[in-house]
Amino acid sequence: MKKILILGGGTGGTIMANRLRKALEKEEWEITLIDRYKTHYYQPGFLFIPFGIYTRHDVMKPKGDFYPAGVNVIFSKIEIIEPLENRVVLEGGKVLNYDYLIIATGTQTKPEETPGLKENLWYKEIFDFYTIEGAVALSHFFKRWEGGHLVMNIAEIPYKCPVAPLEFVFLADAFFHQQGIRDKVKISYVTPLPGAFTKPRATQMLSGLLKEKNIEVIPEFYLESVDNEKKTIKSYDGQEIPFDVLAIVPVNMGSDVIERSGMGDDLNFVPTDKHTLQSEKYENIFVLGDAANLPTSKAGSVVHFASEVLFENLISMIEGRPMLARFDGHANCYIETGFGKGSLIDFNYDTEPLPGTYPLPGIGPFGLLQNTKLNHYGKVIFRWLYWHVLLKGKEMPVENEMSMAGKKL
Amino acid sequence: MGTRTIAGIEIQVNDEGYMMDASQWTPEVARELAKEEGIELTDKHFEVLNFIRDEFLKGNPLTIRKVGKSGIVDIKGLYELFPGGPLKKASKIAGISKPSSCV
Ligand SMILES: Cc1cc2nc3c(=O)[nH]c(=O)nc-3n(C[C@H](O)[C@H](O)[C@H](O)COP(=O)(O)OP(=O)(O)OC[C@H]3O[C@@H](n4cnc5c(N)ncnc54)[C@H](O)[C@@H]3O)c2cc1C
Repeated sequence: MKKILILGGGTGGTIMANRLRKALEKEEWEITLIDRYKTHYYQPGFLFIPFGIYTRHDVMKPKGDFYPAGVNVIFSKIEIIEPLENRVVLEGGKVLNYDYLIIATGTQTKPEETPGLKENLWYKEIFDFYTIEGAVALSHFFKRWEGGHLVMNIAEIPYKCPVAPLEFVFLADAFFHQQGIRDKVKISYVTPLPGAFTKPRATQMLSGLLKEKNIEVIPEFYLESVDNEKKTIKSYDGQEIPFDVLAIVPVNMGSDVIERSGMGDDLNFVPTDKHTLQSEKYENIFVLGDAANLPTSKAGSVVHFASEVLFENLISMIEGRPMLARFDGHANCYIETGFGKGSLIDFNYDTEPLPGTYPLPGIGPFGLLQNTKLNHYGKVIFRWLYWHVLLKGKEMPVENEMSMAGKKL
Repeated sequence: MGTRTIAGIEIQVNDEGYMMDASQWTPEVARELAKEEGIELTDKHFEVLNFIRDEFLKGNPLTIRKVGKSGIVDIKGLYELFPGGPLKKASKIAGISKPSSCV
């Protein structure tokens, strides 16, 4: 029996288990998937929880519902990967050998990396919404809040779903309008980037929206620490910004198991060939999703597009053929902008987000870099697609490789 | 894009003043570029510059955090050496391209 081991059973691990089990003979290939938690969270839904749009129950399902029959699933913490031995050790000492390994252990938030962040005010007046706990705690806070200064800060780049904090301030603006207290709330968007986003055309469009919604942008702010007494955030170059409530994207790092195994960069992301998705060091190891150090967004859509390339290359390798599939860094993100509208960006390693229509040139129905009602429905539909199509590794109704058709230069 | 003479060498730079060819770099060039940023280079500066040149030439992406973990300076120290945008300034003076923050 040949063995494939999948580490992490979130978005990427689930997709790979489904695709591989369908493609490989059960008599020849044993597929094992390991994850430490039993609940699958639809992470894009976390964004809506603070504003009471979704509850906890709208975003959680048992992981087991999405794994195919014939895959050996183990719920356990992964202790260490030993790539030279081709084996993985679980908590408690169980050893698993493999012929091929797929690492899909994602990223995690690390508030401990920032002095003062996870202290007295944590989940009282400081919240993340990148975890279910943080998102729910913030929803309780917002129910009672009567106004003041809301600061949204990003601690470090890269972080997953780069548009999420922007969507957060857009939704906050709409929420406080609906509560009738928008005039009592100041909203500031504080980022280490030189502007609202990394790429010029998208930054221009998003900066316009921020301005329209009276949201202040403070760029080039690199967070050093949080002062719980004075209720301020401080940057390395001595800027200090006061807050009444702080929404934070803590430092994002790859899983601890990557660090323990000595397989990561300074943020525990695994060095990965950006086109083949093979580990740079070990030829029988592939890396999928947020765990990889790829120069593209860490997002579910990226995981989906990348999974097709990884699948083809792994099968080629198994069959002794050259790996021909190349990942182009394709990302496709709906951006909630509040009041039932949304925007959409579509880009890859080489092409920045451009205006136009998607997926059909000239028709859409979705408008790229435009603020429309239909784009908002795109985001709403995405949740359904996520549970029913994407995780199952079925074909999504869009192309894997980014297309220039429909984009305006 | 254009050509400038820095420390007696004809050097290709892009629109933002970053050197196009890292191999044209010399410590003298660095001193002149630093002066334009209002920085007088010390040995500590050169340790940082050499570190980021090494990483760049190996093809490794650079972040402020990475330099902060290099054992040469911590992040605070890096801001003191290159006030303002430390990584951008240090990259310019080190003769490498502008660090790209990816989405
Ligand atoms: C607020 C928010 C909004 C988002 N919005 C969007 C959006 O609109 N569109 C979009 O495309 N994406 C969005 N995303 C991003 C998307 O959810 C992620 O990029 C995607 O889920 C990553 O998949 P993954 O498989 O790489 O990692 P994950 O799905 O995070 O899976 C990693 C798995 O590895 C397991 N694991 C890690 N370490 C260990 C260990 N040591 N032992 C055992 N198990 C381990 C974890 O338990 C987890 O199940 C959003 C994310 C957030 C937080």
